[in-house]
Amino acid sequence: MLILHCPCCGVDAEETELHAGGEAHIKRFGPGSDDDQFHDYLFMRENPKGVHFERWQHANGCGKWFHAARCTATLEVFGTYRAQTTEPPKDIRDAITAKRPGWVWREFS
Amino acid sequence: MSEPISALNGARYDGIATIEELGLQGMITLRGDLDEKGLAKAAAAATDQQMPGPRKAHVTDDSGLCWMSPDEVLVLVPYAEVEDKLAGMVKALGNSHALAVNVSDARAVFRVSGTHAREVVAKLAPVDLSDGAFKPGDFRRTRLAQVAAAFWMEEDGAFRIVCFRSVADYVFKLLKVAAQPGSEVGVL
Repeated sequence: MLILHCPCCGVDAEETELHAGGEAHIKRFGPGSDDDQFHDYLFMRENPKGVHFERWQHANGCGKWFHAARCTATLEVFGTYRAQTTEPPKDIRDAITAKRPGWVWREFS
Repeated sequence: MSEPISALNGARYDGIATIEELGLQGMITLRGDLDEKGLAKAAAAATDQQMPGPRKAHVTDDSGLCWMSPDEVLVLVPYAEVEDKLAGMVKALGNSHALAVNVSDARAVFRVSGTHAREVVAKLAPVDLSDGAFKPGDFRRTRLAQVAAAFWMEEDGAFRIVCFRSVADYVFKLLKVAAQPGSEVGVL
């Protein structure tokens, strides 16, 4: 059972109260970009065994979106943070480094 | 105008807890910046209650305020006064970036009371309802089995449950099954 702390309403919500929103921190390439960029934006996703960043919505709750950093292999949750950001905040990255030294995910480490 | 009737017209069930459909309840959804003074004042004026903090409800009888999300509060008023209260609130909000809508007829309200009320609700919602974790005045938006619902605990330990009117029958049947005689779990 995955339990995530919703940073918007402060509830420790379990899986069935949440809705998964896919990978986090995807940079959009829209009008004006070339085909390769648009292709990558649409289809290319990380599929890591280990540290991963995801978007979640507290659907059966406050209804807000947030980000979560967790390990896909152990389901360990490193932390959750607000949706209004384009990169993981420092405290989350430090928390991951403490447990998974040398981790890399897209351009973050 | 035809006479308004609540979803289940006051249905009731007595099991290990008492389930009652409470009839018509005036409800106004108020969205905006909850920290803004004008909004808190408008909400307080309509209900004589202070703005509740996160996951709290301030309710007396059928007037009160419930914290729904960081930018939404549910305003409870007597059903007969909802239009007047809404007009007053819209006027008080003036030009501030906020929205108030009457949602009374889109909702149904239940009360679950009795010594096993905690257990009945705990069977249906993924929420820690132990004595230490959920106290009178606490409010929670969650799900009951498969539908969205919200509830809070009253001073006497009873629960007031709000759900969509379209699923009122489903929620009542859920609560009935959860409150069947002999179905005590005995952990709460």
